[in-house]
Amino acid sequence: MTEQQNLWQFMMQQSDKLLSQTVTHIGLTCISLLIAVTVGLPLGIWISEKKKAAWAVLGIAGILQTIPSIALLGFMIPLLGIGAFPAIAALFLYALLPIIRNTYTGITSVDQGITESARGMGMNKWQILFNVELPLAMPVILAGIRTATVINVGVATLAAYIAAGGLGEFIFGGIALNNTNMILAGAIPSALLAITLDFLLSLFQKAKLKTMRKVSVVLPIILLVCSSFYIIPRAQVKVLAGFTPEFMGREDGYLGLRSKYKLDIPTVVISDAVMYKAAFENKLDVISGYSTDGRLKAYDLVTLKDDKSIFPPYYAAPLVRQDVLEKYPELQPALDILSGVINDSIMTELNYKVDYLKQLPEKVALDFMLEKGLYKKPQSTTSEHVIRLGSKIFAEQYILINMYKMLIEGNTKLKVVTRTGLGGTKICFDALTNNEIDMYPEYTGTGLLVILKPDKKTLDGMIDSRDKVFNYVQKEFSNQYKLSWLKPIGFNNAYALMMRRSQAQSLNIQTITDLKLYLSNENHPH
Amino acid sequence: MIIAQNISKEFNGIHAVKNISFEVKEGQTMVFLGTSGCGKTTTLKMLNRLIEPSSGNITINGQDIFSSKPEILRRSIGYVSQNNGLFPHYTVAENIAVVPNLLGWDKEKIRTRSEALLEQLKLPVSEYANKYPDELSGGQKQRVAIARALVSDPPVLLMDEPFGALDPITRAGIRKEFQELPELKSKTIVLVTHDVQEAFELGDQICLMDKGVIVQTGTPSELIFNPTNDFSKSFFNHQRLQLELSALKFSKIWNELADAQPYSIASLNSTQSLWEGMELLSEKNQDKLCVKDEESNSLKEITIQTIQSVYLEIKRKR
Repeated sequence: MTEQQNLWQFMMQQSDKLLSQTVTHIGLTCISLLIAVTVGLPLGIWISEKKKAAWAVLGIAGILQTIPSIALLGFMIPLLGIGAFPAIAALFLYALLPIIRNTYTGITSVDQGITESARGMGMNKWQILFNVELPLAMPVILAGIRTATVINVGVATLAAYIAAGGLGEFIFGGIALNNTNMILAGAIPSALLAITLDFLLSLFQKAKLKTMRKVSVVLPIILLVCSSFYIIPRAQVKVLAGFTPEFMGREDGYLGLRSKYKLDIPTVVISDAVMYKAAFENKLDVISGYSTDGRLKAYDLVTLKDDKSIFPPYYAAPLVRQDVLEKYPELQPALDILSGVINDSIMTELNYKVDYLKQLPEKVALDFMLEKGLYKKPQSTTSEHVIRLGSKIFAEQYILINMYKMLIEGNTKLKVVTRTGLGGTKICFDALTNNEIDMYPEYTGTGLLVILKPDKKTLDGMIDSRDKVFNYVQKEFSNQYKLSWLKPIGFNNAYALMMRRSQAQSLNIQTITDLKLYLSNENHPH
Repeated sequence: MIIAQNISKEFNGIHAVKNISFEVKEGQTMVFLGTSGCGKTTTLKMLNRLIEPSSGNITINGQDIFSSKPEILRRSIGYVSQNNGLFPHYTVAENIAVVPNLLGWDKEKIRTRSEALLEQLKLPVSEYANKYPDELSGGQKQRVAIARALVSDPPVLLMDEPFGALDPITRAGIRKEFQELPELKSKTIVLVTHDVQEAFELGDQICLMDKGVIVQTGTPSELIFNPTNDFSKSFFNHQRLQLELSALKFSKIWNELADAQPYSIASLNSTQSLWEGMELLSEKNQDKLCVKDEESNSLKEITIQTIQSVYLEIKRKR
């Protein structure tokens, strides 16, 4: 009961955001659908006449459909950048197949006797198409549009990854932040939206053949109106921030920026995979980066000084379940070998190799281990004793768990399997406490603020001390979750606000306070 | 009215119709008869260019049918397709209005003409005009299809197995109605069927086809009594007696019949066949019936015995 109240309270509290996300979501869905109908319908009609082209067109549309949606969005970024445009393009491609296929099927399955008698009475090709074939195929075509709509409502949640907004912002924020209410606040409306649109279209579909003629007029108009939600021009802003879904909900993130710095900045939500490049390409001005990210260097970004200390230290260390350490006493010495070996600049360099030079994390890890003389051949490949390593979904974590894999297999008789690409802190942490993985690399500041969430007083007493934070999380994780923080690896991968060096210099912004002052001057010119 | 000269149709190297010629006179009904795949439907569809002939000439009413656009040609020819071909999303009234709309008639003209036709076809407007084809029986659908083909009063009517989808009882009934329809009396009709009985009932001329060629053309009685080859002869063998009796009209044997009692009431017409006479005799369970000849305005009497003896006489002579 309390859970439900909390969800309701959360939704009420966030109602502005929820409304704008829902409107964006409807807009994304409808505008892509509208384009897909505009393109898919004529294409379907065309291939119903040119049977030879049919298999090619349906084949290509079918292949597009099989591309995983997140990958399709990924392909769009180099072509179309970030924001609404690539999201609409990807959604359009997804909606295409059901519409083309159903138009084709609908028209080709119209009774030959009927079209022939239409010809026999002297109707020309277009009269037959508009008066006979399309009305009779309309129920099948509408079924295709329905399928496309439901697909698009679902896929549109992913648009949040490339700064196109929509209900995905809450969903991914909630996943990353261990916040069930936030996930539900995004998931429930998007599910309701899918059900509602599906239901409305089913009404059209069930309409009698007679009213089909009206449907084919009314439907495009409704789509156009819904699309206009998204076409409404937005205010141009001078400085645009792009933050990850996780950052949006963290105290050491957007919430802290608002509460401590009173920073009020136009913001879009974006995946960290594309955020740096978007900043480099002037599509974003301020991003929430990691201080050891290799692309910082590649894209010439600078970090803004956290002069009011909302970001605690984020020293990386292996987080392991205590029962695993007790069961395999040889594990901890093997993991500790990496302690103190990697400092900030080394980690940045390694990340750079993966993020920018596109080397494989396995190779980068192996090269490094060889260079440091830490690599040993695996002792056993057939061991029944398996350690499961998890990682979050960015380069640094991939590199680290590959190193740990080599260390464990080289120095013990244990075997390692890896579970890479776990979406966020919550997913990794839950996997660990639910005994689905045995360890993953975590950052002290994240453990402190995302999992433990101490009160303000406790926090203020330690937030700028590396050792105090480490000791606190070590003690609390052990007490509360029976998890052990091993020795830190050495580098501090801090959250930081970043800007392009050229822009920061020309605006003379060095600290977050500078940014805040610049923005408030912009908003209230003298 | 319709003259086809040396028309052929080839589909991917296979001859569906091979170099056939025929003529249909104005007001006549020409029936193309044959088994499936004999080329009869292809021949019919070439007349309104639903199928373009590979070679040959066709004129309708002196006009070369290839001189105008096919759509324009088709609007001037009534067409009843197999399985009625009604538009399921149009009401009866809308279905009938298709061709008039294509011809640009005004609404009032379409309405009055449709109503008149529907009444003729025993489909009261108030009850049927706003029904959809799904709500009609097979026979009613077929009547609507015929109305749709007749609405613009085209001089030529093409019918592709028009009664093929109906059960035998409905079929016989609607055929009768069809024959008696005043609208059809003056039409030049080309009809395709595989039903021999239907061909004999409806056809002034029958064109028997096999493997893409015309085997024999002639009146029903010519075909049944004077087959010119083995195919024609064997084609009708399994129902020869019935067909022969169907081919013989009372007008042909008028002189062999005895005069009826004065003031008798005629229940048959001299244009009807001996078969119909026998059917009626057995249906009414009567010994004799009276037949009327419109031309000479005379009445004659028939019995099973007279029909039998006249028939045997004719057979012996041939």
